Amino acid sequence: MTSEQRTAALIAEPGLEAAATAADRKRGLLLALPAYVYLLLFFVLPFLIVFVYSFATRSATGATRLSDWNLLAYQKLFDSLVVQIVWRSFWIASLTTIICLVMAYPFAYYIATRRPAVRNVLLVLVMIPFWSNFLIRTYAWRFILGTDGPIATLTDALGMEPVRLLFTNAAVMIGLVYGFLPFMVLPLYAAIERLDWSLVEAARDLYASGWSAFRKVTLPLTRSGIIAGSLLVFVPSFGAYVTPAILGGSKDLLLGSYIVTQFQQARNWPFGSALSIVVMVFMLAALMIRARTGAEEV
Amino acid sequence: MTTRTTSLDRALAANTWFVYAFFYLPILVLVVFSFNASTRVGIWRGFSTRWYGEVLRNPEVLDALKNSLIVAALSTVAATVIGTAAALAIDRYRFRGRRGLDGILYLPIIIPDVTMAVMMLLFFARAFALIDAAGPRFQLGIGSITLSHIAFNISFVAVVVRARLGQLDGSLEEAARDLYANSWQTFRRVTLPLILPGVLGGALLALTLSLDDVVVTAFVSGPGSTTLPVYVFGLVRRGVSPAINAISTIMLVASIGLVALSLVFQRGPKASRNTEMIKETT
Repeated sequence: MTSEQRTAALIAEPGLEAAATAADRKRGLLLALPAYVYLLLFFVLPFLIVFVYSFATRSATGATRLSDWNLLAYQKLFDSLVVQIVWRSFWIASLTTIICLVMAYPFAYYIATRRPAVRNVLLVLVMIPFWSNFLIRTYAWRFILGTDGPIATLTDALGMEPVRLLFTNAAVMIGLVYGFLPFMVLPLYAAIERLDWSLVEAARDLYASGWSAFRKVTLPLTRSGIIAGSLLVFVPSFGAYVTPAILGGSKDLLLGSYIVTQFQQARNWPFGSALSIVVMVFMLAALMIRARTGAEEV
Repeated sequence: MTTRTTSLDRALAANTWFVYAFFYLPILVLVVFSFNASTRVGIWRGFSTRWYGEVLRNPEVLDALKNSLIVAALSTVAATVIGTAAALAIDRYRFRGRRGLDGILYLPIIIPDVTMAVMMLLFFARAFALIDAAGPRFQLGIGSITLSHIAFNISFVAVVVRARLGQLDGSLEEAARDLYANSWQTFRRVTLPLILPGVLGGALLALTLSLDDVVVTAFVSGPGSTTLPVYVFGLVRRGVSPAINAISTIMLVASIGLVALSLVFQRGPKASRNTEMIKETT
């Protein structure tokens, strides 16, 4: 029986069709159930617990009392120190995203416009850092920028002024760009690779200059990649902990480190929870921008 | 006109090689200096493998490595099964709650690891408080680490498998069913072989992510359950040493081995999993 015949049979016998769809629904639900249950238990519920904790009370000893619900943790978010930390994290993440975009767009464009064989080799060369251990790649910069590292040894040998980059915001940004650049490259590559080049050609045929063809055709058509890449770089940079912990200074605290401090030294779980909620609000805002700008239309 | 295009092309090429240098030079420097005989990390005193010997004899390193491998193996297997089933469900069936699952699945991929870590810590704190009240005493350790890793790995596996499913049309499965294969036979003989590269790719990504994770693991690990990245992170925060360079090189070689393996699994033009994955998420 071909599928047309089967469809015909199903139409002829509506009861059969209903039974088939019901069985299909059941099977789908059954397959989805483990993931559903697991994520509800180990993702959604933990999120709700964090939300509840952000209204709890911190006792004098640092223990958390799940009573006397209050907004103290949220009020603390408006302390000038906290506002400063959130602001600093925001601009460092924004700048990291912009640097990644500026580096990655021409890079991805170049790869996507090579012959297929060359393209695949170049792509594999992007996959390797993408897959390599993030901690180790961050550590590489600690080693390179350090007082005992190869750059310092070199400048010493040449009798030059030592460059002190380690433990500054610049070092953190180098580490973040280094760590997250592949996350920008890959979606941009995907967007540029599926670009319909005949549209760009049409623009050129209609006497658009190279630049205006790029600005009016290529750029808008690859917008989905730009937005997806920016999201994948901005959100983890904003909440980054490992990179500032290894490359950053103790003075210029960032949000990720500040959150960790609340759960370790400071022992203020409600406040740490409220800070985590802030990160999630930014994450959801970024996701909504992506949905709004129609990144999914391509 | 032609000259402008070529100079633009040259600028693009220059940028490309600059980015590749940026990607690879730091790793290369690290690898080279891991063979440095000197105890001063930045000063080259000749070739030596002494740091490798020291690292591989260090019981703390070996213990941490053992923990890492246990967690990675368990979480990869569980996440691969659950994630593949979820991908099949979302891609091939219509059912109640499909869109909800689709939405939740995306979140563990982009959530910053600190946030995920806080969520898991508070979850286990509450769960243990409840369980302890009932009698048995639980504590953070390999179990809580594995459960947390499964939570983020399911999403990555599902995304990779869905990318693979998206490349296939349903006609082969339909043909199998038209030839009176039942649904299990169809799955076993048609669907599974077709999506296997995606499943293996997803599993390798899960393995890599589990072997990489620092923050979530650090939050939900207990005494004696340190994993290798958490151990290395502790060392790195105290400073730089040739021994860390050696451990780093070993870990880098392991990751590159996994990339190579995953490429073997999915040969063919633009079958590279990560772009497919990113395409799926965009």
